[in-house]
Order: sequence, then C-alpha cells, then structure tokens
Amino acid sequence: MSDPASDYTPSSLELDRRTFRKKQTTKSVIISIISTIALAVVIYLTLSNSSGWNRVRETFFNGEYFISALPEVLKGLLVNLRILVFALIGTAILSLLLAIARTTRTPVLFPLRFIARAYTDIFRGIPMIVLLYLIGFGIPGLEITEGRIDAAQLGTAAIIIGYSAYVSEVLRAGIESIHPSQRAAARSLGLTYNQTTALIVLPQAIRKVIPALMNDFVAMQKDVGLVSVLGILDAVREAQIEVAHSFNFTPYVAAAVVFVCLSFPFIRLTDWYSKKVQQREFAQGAF
Amino acid sequence: MRKSFGNHLVLHDISLFVEENEVVCVIGASGSGKSTLMRCINLLEPIDDGQIFLDNQDISDPKINQDKARSQIGVVFQQFNLFPHMTVLDNVTLGLRKVFKVPKEEANQRGIELLEKIGIPEKAHTHPDRLSGGQQQRVAVVRAIATNPKLLLLDEVTSALDPRLVGEVLQLILELKGNNTTILMATHEMGFAKKAADWIVFLHQGQLIAQDRPEIVLSNPSHPALKDFLSSEIKF
Repeated sequence: MSDPASDYTPSSLELDRRTFRKKQTTKSVIISIISTIALAVVIYLTLSNSSGWNRVRETFFNGEYFISALPEVLKGLLVNLRILVFALIGTAILSLLLAIARTTRTPVLFPLRFIARAYTDIFRGIPMIVLLYLIGFGIPGLEITEGRIDAAQLGTAAIIIGYSAYVSEVLRAGIESIHPSQRAAARSLGLTYNQTTALIVLPQAIRKVIPALMNDFVAMQKDVGLVSVLGILDAVREAQIEVAHSFNFTPYVAAAVVFVCLSFPFIRLTDWYSKKVQQREFAQGAF
Repeated sequence: MRKSFGNHLVLHDISLFVEENEVVCVIGASGSGKSTLMRCINLLEPIDDGQIFLDNQDISDPKINQDKARSQIGVVFQQFNLFPHMTVLDNVTLGLRKVFKVPKEEANQRGIELLEKIGIPEKAHTHPDRLSGGQQQRVAVVRAIATNPKLLLLDEVTSALDPRLVGEVLQLILELKGNNTTILMATHEMGFAKKAADWIVFLHQGQLIAQDRPEIVLSNPSHPALKDFLSSEIKF
C-alpha cells in the first residue's frame, strides 16, 4: 500500500527550481530595500539643502501650532461628518433614481429620461464651489421660507446635487455592464421589469462599480470641506480661523491630516469588501 | 407564427403543436431560428404575426399580463444564466418567492428537495460559480421547474458542456419526461432526440420543413435539406 502523498519526494529538477526561486526572492527584497533607502536620502537632502526649508518647516509643520489647532479642527470635522452622512444618503437615493431613469426603455418615461440626461450633462459641468455659491446664496434669496435656512443644509443640498450627477453615471455604467441574458433569465421566471431591476440587475451592477463609487465617496469626503465658503464652521473654516490668529499655516496641515485619517478606513474597508465578494462568488480568485 | 429582425426574416409559416406531457425536439443548423423560436414562445421577443397558445390561452395577445404568462413557462438557456450574486438555493427559489409569493421556509424546503433530486443538496449555500458546468446547468433546470410551469423550454442546454456533463443533464431531462413535464427542446443531441422525443421538428432557414415522430423524421428524411443536415451530422 503506498500513499501517493507521503511517498512523494520532489525531483532534483524541482529542487533546483525552488533554489532558483528562493534566490530570486532574496534578490528582489534586497533591491527594494536599497531603492527605498536611496529615495529617502534624496528627499532628505533636497529638503534640508533648500534655502527656504527652515522657514517652511516653521510655518507649515510647527508641532506647537499643530497641537493647539487640532481640537478646533476636530470640532469642525464633526460638522463635516454630519454633512457627509446626509450628503451620502441623499446622493445614493438621487443618483440611483437618475441612473434608473436613464436606463429604462419604456416610452412613457421618455421625459424622465430626457430630464435625467440634461441633469447629468449640466451638473457635471458646474464646478463644485460655484454650485455651493449658487445654492448657498441663491436659494435664501428666493425667500421661500419665513426664517433663515441653515447654511449647512444648503451646503449638503449642493453636494448632493453635484455628486448625484457623477455617481448616477457610474451606476448607469454598472447597470449597462450586466449582460442582457441575466435580465432574460429573470423575466423568464416571471419576474416583472421592476423586480428584475431591483433583485438581479442592481445588486450585480453596484458590486461591479464599488471601486468607482468609493473613489467618488472619498472625493466627496474632501469636498465637504468646501462648504466652508458658506461660512459654516467646519474643519477647514476652523483651520482658517486658527491661521488668521497666528499667521502660521500649520492648522491647514492639521486639517489635511484629519481628512486623510477620515478617508483611510473607508478605503481599506472597500478593498476588504471587494476581495470578500470576489472570493465568495468566483471560483478563481483575483489574478 | 412569423418573426423578423428588421429586414431579416428569421421565422415564417411556423405552425407547431406541443401535446401535454410530451417532449418535442427542435433540430436544425445554427442560425436556423431555434433560439428565436424559444425566445418568441417565452415572449422575450414580440412576434410579427400569428398566435401562441398556452393551455388554450392566447399568450401572444398584448392585452394579457405577459409576466404572468412567462411565469407559466420555464426556460433553460445554453449559457445557464444563473444569478452569480445569489446562492444556489436562492437561485432555485427566486421564482417561488418573488412571483408566486410562497413563504421563504416553504420555498427553501422545495428548493432543497429539488437540489436533492439533482444530487447536490450540500451546494445549497454556495454561489453558482463554484459549481461545475454540469451542476450549474442542472441547477438551471430545477430553477426553471421549481414553479411547476406548464411548459419547459430548453434552448441547447448541453451545447456548453463536455460529453460527461452532457450525460448528467440529459439524464435529468429523461427523469422530467417520466414525471409528466411538457418540454420543447432545441438540441444538437441527435441520439437523445431519437431516444427521448415524442415528436421531432426540423427548422431550416426559419421554416418548419419537417415534423413527425422521431423514427420517421430521422430514418426517412423527406426533404433534401433535412437529408443534408442529418448526413452532415455523421460525416465528421
């Protein structure tokens, strides 16, 4: 009785290959270490030898100012976060409606399709900051309501309106990437057009465009910093105030750091999620 | 029945009757219109003229609820077309749950029974891409019959499979035939058609050229095009 698994000893040919591969690996590790060190040295020498470096370090990377500005910036970040949450929900709903309107083929919905198309064409072209000004100052000018409309709400609305135009195009690309045979299979089971869209097309479409959606989400995270132009006391505005007090630009760097810290977990989270879906649904992993 | 895509006439003068609990095989070269015939019967393509009756109801009448008509017809496609984002069990029970509004537990019970029938109950909670081609196609077959449709359309269901997997799927179809299922099947498996079909239909350039019992159609080809088609099958 021989067990093919335990009796196996690699051939000398295979052993040679393994030695070769191991050597290759060691070589590439050494090369990457050397190149990293070399790059670090080049950056260090360039910075420390530039005549203005000491001044730049003093005005942008001052630890004292960083620490004193941080609490205010973080307090402002809470405002950004609140706007972000509402903007995210609003954008998800509006962009989904736009994408569905653009992909339906029912003649009844022609006007809707036309409007959706005009919407995406126009609002993708308007710079975010202009949109913020138009909505932030234009809507109150209409004097629809009795009291003052909260600037944060107007800022949120502007972000939703601007971002929905982008996100709906990403979703539309996802919807159109689903092969018609999936729709045919669902319809042949007796599912209605709407059921097919909701249960078969959208779940697959959204999964396909998650990396692109996350890209837009990260872009949105930093664009909520633009609401400061409406006078909202968010992280950027707080940093601005600190800068105005001290004439030191370190608070801006502090704002940059907190925004990066904000987006980083989301980026890792999507990478992890995409990988999980990939492993679950496809027999061969990602190459 | 008649169907054209633009100026291209795909099907014309089609007249076909499928008896209850019978298996009718549609044979013919690629491009002869077999798949289009299937898609028309399932109302995935609107027809240009004629009528389609299912159980004495004119389902080609645009005034009827087409979704309801489709739910009475099961379809299995050449490329399986399982839903990759759902588990095998959810694929099988989707029609029951969403079209016939069967409660989830009851639907799952029926789904597991069907998966046991094709010998892969342990795969219920995996996703379709993890299955072999033969397993996927058998799941597609039980997905189509889960709701007990009045008619089962099989569109070249073995064309994407290797010979051993073809056997698995054809065996399942034979079992269905024994269980009183009405089947219309487009196929290139001549041996299977001869063995399992009650009636054979030959499509040539969008026309029904011959239809009769298998022994008559296959052994006494009446039309030159049919003679040509059958001899080319063997020639290789």
